[in-house]
Amino acid sequence: MNSVIKYFTSIFKGIRSLWAGMRVTGKYFVSPGEIVTEQYPENRATLKMAEGFKGEVIMPHDENNQHHCTGCGICELNCPNGSIEIITKRIPNEEGKPERVIDKHIYHLSMCTFCELCIKTCPSHALAWGQDFEHAVYDRTKLTKVLNKPGSTLKKEGALL
Amino acid sequence: MLLEIFSFSTLTANIDKSLHAWMAPWLAVVTELVIIGIVFLLFYAVLGLFLVYLERKVCAIIQNRIGPNRVGKWGLLQTVADFIKLITKELIPIRNADSFLFNLAPFIVIAASFMAMAAIPFAKGLHAIDLNIGIFYIIAVSSLGVVGILIAGWSSNSKYSLIGAMRSGAQIVSYELSVGLSLLAVVVFAGTMQLSAIVESQANGWWIFKGHIPALIAFIIYLIASTAEINRGPFDLAEAESELTAGFHTEYSGIKFAFFFLAEYINMFIVAAIAATMFFGGWMPFHIGHWDAFNRVMDYIPSVVWFFGKTFFIIYLIMWFKWTFPRLRIDQLLNLEWKYLLPLSLMNIVIIAFVVLMGWYFH
Amino acid sequence: MSEEIIKNIIVREDEDYIVNMGPQHPSTHGVLRLEVCLHGEFVNYLIPHIGYIHRGIEKMSESDTYKQIIHLTDRMDYLSAHMNNEAVCLAVENALGIEVPERVKYIRVILDELTRLASHHLWWSAFGMDLGALTTFFYGMRDREKVLAIFEESFGSRLLHSFNIPGGLMHDVHPNFQKHTMEFVRYFRKKLPEYKQLLTDNIIFHNRTKGIGIMPCETAVAFGVTGPSGRGSGFACDVRKVAPYGVYDKIEFKEILHEEGDSFSRYLVRMEEMEESLNILEHVVDQVPEGDYTARMKPIIKLPEGEYFQRVETARGELGVYIVSDGKKYPYRIKFRSPNFSNLFVLNTLAKGGKIADLVAICGSLDLVIPDIDR
Repeated sequence: MNSVIKYFTSIFKGIRSLWAGMRVTGKYFVSPGEIVTEQYPENRATLKMAEGFKGEVIMPHDENNQHHCTGCGICELNCPNGSIEIITKRIPNEEGKPERVIDKHIYHLSMCTFCELCIKTCPSHALAWGQDFEHAVYDRTKLTKVLNKPGSTLKKEGALL
Repeated sequence: MLLEIFSFSTLTANIDKSLHAWMAPWLAVVTELVIIGIVFLLFYAVLGLFLVYLERKVCAIIQNRIGPNRVGKWGLLQTVADFIKLITKELIPIRNADSFLFNLAPFIVIAASFMAMAAIPFAKGLHAIDLNIGIFYIIAVSSLGVVGILIAGWSSNSKYSLIGAMRSGAQIVSYELSVGLSLLAVVVFAGTMQLSAIVESQANGWWIFKGHIPALIAFIIYLIASTAEINRGPFDLAEAESELTAGFHTEYSGIKFAFFFLAEYINMFIVAAIAATMFFGGWMPFHIGHWDAFNRVMDYIPSVVWFFGKTFFIIYLIMWFKWTFPRLRIDQLLNLEWKYLLPLSLMNIVIIAFVVLMGWYFH
Repeated sequence: MSEEIIKNIIVREDEDYIVNMGPQHPSTHGVLRLEVCLHGEFVNYLIPHIGYIHRGIEKMSESDTYKQIIHLTDRMDYLSAHMNNEAVCLAVENALGIEVPERVKYIRVILDELTRLASHHLWWSAFGMDLGALTTFFYGMRDREKVLAIFEESFGSRLLHSFNIPGGLMHDVHPNFQKHTMEFVRYFRKKLPEYKQLLTDNIIFHNRTKGIGIMPCETAVAFGVTGPSGRGSGFACDVRKVAPYGVYDKIEFKEILHEEGDSFSRYLVRMEEMEESLNILEHVVDQVPEGDYTARMKPIIKLPEGEYFQRVETARGELGVYIVSDGKKYPYRIKFRSPNFSNLFVLNTLAKGGKIADLVAICGSLDLVIPDIDR
């Protein structure tokens, strides 16, 4: 007799536990307000990434097309993957002495692991994170970027950008 | 009677009469068969595509997602697009596979579900064939599908497929019993196996209400056993993707895979349609005993709507199961059948026989 | 005793019915290949084959400075990225004898627990999915998303946030960090009962996991199974208790232990750990002191000659970092004792004699992350 009671209680316990699970899924079925899907390409206009979002490394320029990069190469040294190449050139300054300035700050986005060491170690705070994250391209060479804009010059003094 | 407005029997009779008027009798019969075949094929395809869409939407909402919403309005054409993709895909030949059986298997599966559909009464008078042993025929035919699954598993020369097919064989052979016995409950109540007569017997109330507790038990057993029979979660061991990647149809691609996929959903529809016919009165509107005014109001809703409404309610139940429960293990699956469902349904049959004998049900 | 346990002599025969699970298989969660010998539904033996995602992190670290190593450790056990970072940072800080600011210690603990929660969310999702309950995957991911949103706001990335550096943190956390953490704790306290109703109490789930893959405490010790998997066998191995680091010695928390050693007790340990993590978060989040986010460090870190070892508790067990330094700015040799490597190789002992479906349940309850095994 005991085993018969056990048999039937096991059936009812089983059904009750199953019903508890079905209540959870059933609750979500009748409450479409809980849907969490983001409709990505449609919400592009409203989609704002967080301030420090690591989309890509950029070099902020001010309105006079000036940046802070001195071409010292510390970012290149610190980059663990070799995604940064610094090409400098020497141009004479006002006193006529040749001075080293940045020619091209080449950034290989395809190799970057977003470790933030270049931004962290830059002594003149010339680099920052850009929030653009749509990096899909058909040609890999397009992921190699020159961060300093053409014709840009070094901003000698003044506040941080 | 108002019910007659929505009857399809006049329509079918008219078609029959006009065909006979300008054709030899044998040609008329052949033409009718061809017409029925084409109608069923179209219905089959549309229904399959819609069920796949429905499943994806239901599971999406349960899972806090939106589901398909790109192709067509609310993603309604998504499954059509999927189907076009599937029929244009390459049919990958499998090395060392038994190519005859390998190609035959999807057709057996799809033919089994196609045959079962013939006996289902969709609405008043909308009935391809009204066999006097209708429910028996459906049970017999729908279990043919397992042959296709076994062949698919055996012939595709893949270990995953073979394990899946063997599981499926053990599972379907076992659960056939419970399906049959739980449907027998209603046959005992109605006193007939003819589906149209079973539907007519529910004119004053559906069996799930008239047969009270034993009918309810039979319905629950039927729902569990039939879910297992059509290889759907939580009993989808034959294609348990976390264990066997895709089970018996691992090696299939393109349209052959689509056949298996479609057959699975049509089987779900058939199972739900049988449940609706046997327990919920098929196309019979919701009637309560002698409340004539109420019954007449209910009659204004066409019988097709009743049938599909009930069927889709049960389909939703089956989907609800699938998207809630974890999968059983093969030995637990057989335990459930042989230690729980089968004894319970046997007990239930005895109770029903007693109930019918004493007349302790609403009639 | 322990030698007997470890000795698993596998005799292969020609007629063995071998099924390769992986390297592409839904339940191995990565490129792990299990060579499973079946007898019908039963598993005779299984041999794990690893190395499909070996990237040579240890060797690469030998040519990286200590700051650069951090971003590689992220990519071992990507679900406990923060803890991996912390292990290297603590090792370097201890070697140099640097005392990091209190604020850093507290924030690290909060991040530890948030990472643990996110990792356990993913485990819960995937475990349910392994057993066929596909909806759990989306519920788990939905809640994990909230944690990742906190990470994204503060560190800019969601999964591999190289946020620790030797000496402290990369930058300060977002001003809303504590507020959003508390919001998440309140949100998740409401969602946790649903996890219980959906899976923990489910009879099918009980049948699938109870008494499956029983790992006695001796086996756990012999194989070095740590973390929640080890604690499910009653092996008190929580590094946060055994060798506290950060401010774990100042925080009251329970070490979750279950004695049974089956898949279900490993499941329960993780579920209760989630709750305990919420408790820790609630306790700690208001105590974060103001101050610097990093200690003063030299631009180039050189460890004095010698050997250093540090262990931390990741979401999956004990991660040990062993550094040999010859006084240069690169380590001479660095070795990671990764928890998943030890946890994987107990699989044959647990799954032998069980069914193929049990193998999936055991694999899920061990919560393996394959890149951590191969490194």
